[in-house]
Amino acid sequence: MLTYHDILAQTCELLEPYANGRTLEEGTDLLIHVGLDSIQAMEVLLAAEGRFDMSIPLNVLAEVRTVGDLAKQLQHLLERR
Amino acid sequence: MLDNLRAIGAARQALLDDDGVSPFGAVVETMISPTEGILDGRRTILAGTNNYLGLTFDPGCIEAACAALRDEGTGTTGSRMANGTFAAHAALERELAAFFGRRGAVVFSTGYLANLGLLSALPGRDDVILLDADCHASIYDGCRLGTAEILRFRHNDVEDLDTRLRRLGPRTTRTLIVVEGIYSMLGDRAPLAAIADLKRRYGAYLLVDEAHSFGVLGARGRGLAEEAGVEDAVDFVLGTFSKSLGTIGGFSASDHPELESLRYTSRPYLFTASPSPPVVASARAALAALQARPELRRQLWDNAHGLYNRLRALGFALGPEPSPIVAVMMEAPEEGLAFWRALLEQGIYVNLIVPPAAPNGGCLLRCSVGAAHTPEQIERIAGAFAALAPSSTPRRP
Repeated sequence: MLTYHDILAQTCELLEPYANGRTLEEGTDLLIHVGLDSIQAMEVLLAAEGRFDMSIPLNVLAEVRTVGDLAKQLQHLLERR
Repeated sequence: MLDNLRAIGAARQALLDDDGVSPFGAVVETMISPTEGILDGRRTILAGTNNYLGLTFDPGCIEAACAALRDEGTGTTGSRMANGTFAAHAALERELAAFFGRRGAVVFSTGYLANLGLLSALPGRDDVILLDADCHASIYDGCRLGTAEILRFRHNDVEDLDTRLRRLGPRTTRTLIVVEGIYSMLGDRAPLAAIADLKRRYGAYLLVDEAHSFGVLGARGRGLAEEAGVEDAVDFVLGTFSKSLGTIGGFSASDHPELESLRYTSRPYLFTASPSPPVVASARAALAALQARPELRRQLWDNAHGLYNRLRALGFALGPEPSPIVAVMMEAPEEGLAFWRALLEQGIYVNLIVPPAAPNGGCLLRCSVGAAHTPEQIERIAGAFAALAPSSTPRRP
């Protein structure tokens, strides 16, 4: 079973193509610091679905502001699987 | 509060940092015909209107609208569920159901509201909507208004759809797959036969938004499902009157008797005024014209192939297949804006599409042609692109 820190590390990898070289940390705000737009956010979820081989509803984005928020949502879905 | 709007306003201003005409606020000062108007004081060919059958100035449609205005008034002033259903609304629904060979149809006030109305009310809390990633904003907004779980698959990628259905396991029988007949930005079609196969295999439901393909594809103009020979696999047909029918409104047609229950549960149906009498009358007249005059579709496709082939020969990067939507891909919004303004100076209006509406961070000069364009107008549009090609930097294939 993946730990939260494993998932956080993989979340950072998924976001890395959109980070323009910025260091991603748990508290990094996806909109303010990364400038992730709504289309890019959905692309990240598509990639995460492939990496974890699970369905990730777009609905989770409503609860996500930071890298850590996204990692927690992914962890929750992985545990529920 | 308002800071998000200030940021967007500043971003738009940065792109439009001069006094030139704004592609996001162009005003048609006078309409001359389905294909010409006065813009920025200049007689201009309109090549970005989605007026696929050119019926906006059809004498029969105009006469029907005028008669309805005189006989029934300027508006219904009420919701479909209250005082806003006239005999003509019910007749239009019967005519749409008959045209699509379906048990029933429901009319909404716009195509946007039709998608909101269906996607918010058809699937419930335990259901899944699995939509193509390039679906229109109205589909996304309808999903957000409802309570279903929302998943996407990669645009037109049947293998990816298969993977996502497989992951859902037994939930596939509570899943609504949503695709479009022709996608509005690049003009490409859904691989509907293969999607219908998956739908049957997994026991899912299928909704096809034929907004840009109703009246455009199929032997009778019923859309991509008719052309692909898979109408029996489509649970819900969705469409609009604001493209091939030349007016405004939306609808869904289906064999599922449950469609009727939307009239009691769908908030975008319930809580807005119904289409006005002239709108309903011109939609009915245009639906009749669509059936009586198949030559309109032939003219439309002659023009679509004509413009697509000319622009491809000029070396422009276009959408993947010929379609009434001819999308010219540009590298960046600034180049697209300069090209768009230069086209306007030559008397050609097209749509400028910038991110995030344009895919992959690029920019599109989106042309749409119709049956009412003359061969000379198609040549003038192509000629304007040809004249501008050397001095600009269109993205090459």
